[in-house]
Amino acid sequence: MSITREPTSVDLEIIVEVPVEHAFKVFTEDFDRIKPREHNLLPVEIAETVLEPRVGGRVYDRGVDGSTCQWARVLAVDPPHRLVISWDIAPDFRLEPDPARCSEVEVTFTSVGDEQTRVRLEHRHIDRHGAGWQGWRDSAAGDRAWGLYLARFRELAEA
Amino acid sequence: MTDVWYAVSDSTRRQVLARVAAGPCSVGEIADALPVSMAAVSQHLKILREAGLVSMTPAGRRRIYQARLEGLAELRAELETYWTQALHSFKQVAEASYLEETTGARPGGELARPHAPSEGVSEHSEQKEQP
Repeated sequence: MSITREPTSVDLEIIVEVPVEHAFKVFTEDFDRIKPREHNLLPVEIAETVLEPRVGGRVYDRGVDGSTCQWARVLAVDPPHRLVISWDIAPDFRLEPDPARCSEVEVTFTSVGDEQTRVRLEHRHIDRHGAGWQGWRDSAAGDRAWGLYLARFRELAEA
Repeated sequence: MTDVWYAVSDSTRRQVLARVAAGPCSVGEIADALPVSMAAVSQHLKILREAGLVSMTPAGRRRIYQARLEGLAELRAELETYWTQALHSFKQVAEASYLEETTGARPGGELARPHAPSEGVSEHSEQKEQP
């Protein structure tokens, strides 16, 4: 497991022994087989995860009972080199309705040989979710306490 | 250790965590703030503690709970774990399907492994190579 030092992003890279076109195709069309399924906001098991590979497309989990949870939007698709999706899950694991409070994930595919592709994944602007913590104030906490909590969280994240 | 994602998957538990995050408090104080029994609050706190999100300090006969700020950093680390898992799955799926496409070999078993030594997921270096 690698450790990312950058406080507001996760930056990972992997070499895959396939041509860039194949890598892109699998990532976008077989996302169902890639996404760790145990991470689930639905109350039931996930039957499949769908990524609609076009700008404005949805990324959603469909539960075994037919219910769905859309947790990302496709922001950019540039076959076979680049895919950007939003990450609409707040730190308290509610869906985040405000796009300004969503982070984003960019995946780039770079050919490094006939049958070799470097795939880099950057989950960035994680700090945008910082404000998401304040959403919790609806339930139990007061504004002042939340502001303080958020400030501490930022300090920790930037340490 | 209890999975952080599991710990915050329950809405009542999130409310308990929110109350604790607002300031150190006892089980009774949490139960007063929420439509939940003290026994239920204790159960939720147990899971939150196991996930490392909440810590407990005895204060005389009372037990005071407070949010562990490191727990929040762990939440962020979860994203990294999540994507590392995703990239590992991606590598397996992509290489197996490519092998099948080019050689007709069935995916799975030894054949699914790349012939060249493969790199694991690594942290990206400092230099950015954005196109």
